[in-house]
Amino acid sequence: MVTTKPRTLYQKIWDAHVVERRDDGTCLVYIDRHLVHEVTSPQAFEALRLAGRTVRRPDLTLAVPDHNLPTTARRDAAGQRIPIADGESAAQLAALERNAPAFGIRYIGDADREQGIVHVVGPEQGFSLPGATIVCGDSHTACHGGLGALAFGIGTSEVEHVLATQTLLLKQSKSMEVRVEGELAPGVSAKDVVLHITGVLGASGGTGYVIEYTGSVIRALSIEGRLTVSNMAIEHGARAGLIAPDAKTIVYVKGRPYAPKGDDWDKAVAWWQSLATDAGAQYDKVVVIDAADIAPSVTWGTSPEDVVPISGQVPAPDSFADASKRDAAAKSLAYMGLEPGQPMTSVEIQNVFIGSCTNSRIEDLRAAATVLRGRRKADSVKWAIVVPGSGLVKAMAEAEGLDRVFVEAGFEWREPGCSACLGMNPDKVPAGERCASTSNRNFVGRQGPGARTHLVSPAMAAAAAVMGHLTDVRDLI
Amino acid sequence: MEPVTTIDGRAYPFGQKNVDTDVIIPSHWLKTITREGLGRGAFESLRQDPDNLFDSAEFTGSPILIAGDNFGCGSSREHAAWALLDLGVRAVIAPSFSDIFSGNAFKNGILTVVLPQDAIDRLVEVARTDPIHIDLDSQTVTTPFQDRFVFEIDAFRKECLIGGLDEVGLTMARGDAISGFEDAVRAERPFLARGVELAA
Repeated sequence: MVTTKPRTLYQKIWDAHVVERRDDGTCLVYIDRHLVHEVTSPQAFEALRLAGRTVRRPDLTLAVPDHNLPTTARRDAAGQRIPIADGESAAQLAALERNAPAFGIRYIGDADREQGIVHVVGPEQGFSLPGATIVCGDSHTACHGGLGALAFGIGTSEVEHVLATQTLLLKQSKSMEVRVEGELAPGVSAKDVVLHITGVLGASGGTGYVIEYTGSVIRALSIEGRLTVSNMAIEHGARAGLIAPDAKTIVYVKGRPYAPKGDDWDKAVAWWQSLATDAGAQYDKVVVIDAADIAPSVTWGTSPEDVVPISGQVPAPDSFADASKRDAAAKSLAYMGLEPGQPMTSVEIQNVFIGSCTNSRIEDLRAAATVLRGRRKADSVKWAIVVPGSGLVKAMAEAEGLDRVFVEAGFEWREPGCSACLGMNPDKVPAGERCASTSNRNFVGRQGPGARTHLVSPAMAAAAAVMGHLTDVRDLI
Repeated sequence: MEPVTTIDGRAYPFGQKNVDTDVIIPSHWLKTITREGLGRGAFESLRQDPDNLFDSAEFTGSPILIAGDNFGCGSSREHAAWALLDLGVRAVIAPSFSDIFSGNAFKNGILTVVLPQDAIDRLVEVARTDPIHIDLDSQTVTTPFQDRFVFEIDAFRKECLIGGLDEVGLTMARGDAISGFEDAVRAERPFLARGVELAA
């Protein structure tokens, strides 16, 4: 589409992918990359099979198991697969292992070095590219927006639609700019930025929008930090987050296995450099956040919007203006076993989880290891695990000696997967116990029935492990 | 997909805000490889309470659910829509829905009706004792007490719901347009057209 009107990054990517537009504004939108995992795909493959349909572009599709995989060893000393005890998990994993080759799709298996969480594997392999439309049957697909890709989660019917047609029927969302200006204080990470944004916008503040994160704080973040921010766009309701690709993005993508090469690379870079939002382009909504207001952050409730600085207290339900929020807060506090006015640093934790598509990349592990080096978890912390986001992250961490730091600090060093982010595999938090978790959701029962989740950054999770209670990491660095 | 025209009957006067997909269907129910039977897991944590709405003699099997703001937030699991469908829910009325959930619901023939909070408050009140009527053609929600609320819906979604249309089939019929688009991408942005190298 040729236009002289200034356009946002979102508008440019959208315009470049519209196949057809209907009178009511619904567009047939082309999908450049489709990531498939075992949980949301079996019914889609089955529907294709029943209708006698094939996958239109298997070469634009990549299948990786992650949600159900145990994070303990997958092969015994003889190289034989260790059976998965949970029959339903095993059946779901087996379905993907069968469906991918049957439909001609590249499959990264449970014992491959490249295996990991789909949202870690996509960028790491150069499969996820700036300016591309990327989908996956998982809401944290927003993650890839950190590279400047229009990436969003889809349901199983849409997985089927993309497999069969490589397109989706969509209406364009509204656009929002969330501009974070200033400079982050020491000890404040990308995770704290996105928790703070979620606290400001609320869990539904971004509903109906695609959010572009801008400002000096976002520009200063590493690509991994940007993936962390965009990953949680869905936690404030936005189906997709976006961060304009820049020189750092280009350096990050270059040379990765599926990244463009030769002439393609030069064309790609030229296009990526043209994608930034034009001066004068209008967003439907703009929210400005001052970096000085962002502290190491922690959640107290059962919605990701329930964020306070670590120096804060558990809020009283009647401090909320909205009646339904008062009711929800009271329920949250009962579930979480917290009292209004209780300092967050007094909250004792029994479990620590470092991992998930939000925080399992090498920089996350380095940040946690920096806090843990020469220290040990408190005896009251019963279970502490580190789950690298992929086999390649794991290998890199081991080459740097980070695994030793974790093990000496009393953590278990695991195989890659979604792990304790969600209760689908053996890694669960026991009912009634608390977990300082680097994951993305503190919903009721998310880490296991009755489990109580406090969302934090990797450094904050490490600090909580050392002290046995939620702790301001700045006291330890 | 079953065509949708009118939905009539009792409605769960639920009203809760920010009901996430882990509440609608907890993740341990996601290990299925079929779409059936998820109603048993629907709202599992709420149904621990013996006095819950979903198992009450009065409301069980109701075709309509009335909820608060941001219904279906959280994960993309279509299992949430399948669980509601299996529970017998054919329409959800709320002030707002998560974008992914409303798409999933629509693709399974569940109507998501957006109405302002004051209308929701009124409908919750009526639903405690009386049935509710939804008419997709006229885009209205009515009660036995002369309440009449008009709602908006995408023309395309309405057409698909009323016709019970298969979206994949509709799009496959546009195969030539998709091929034309792919040819243009190969010429202009070849780096997007080349994905994973596959063995022959």
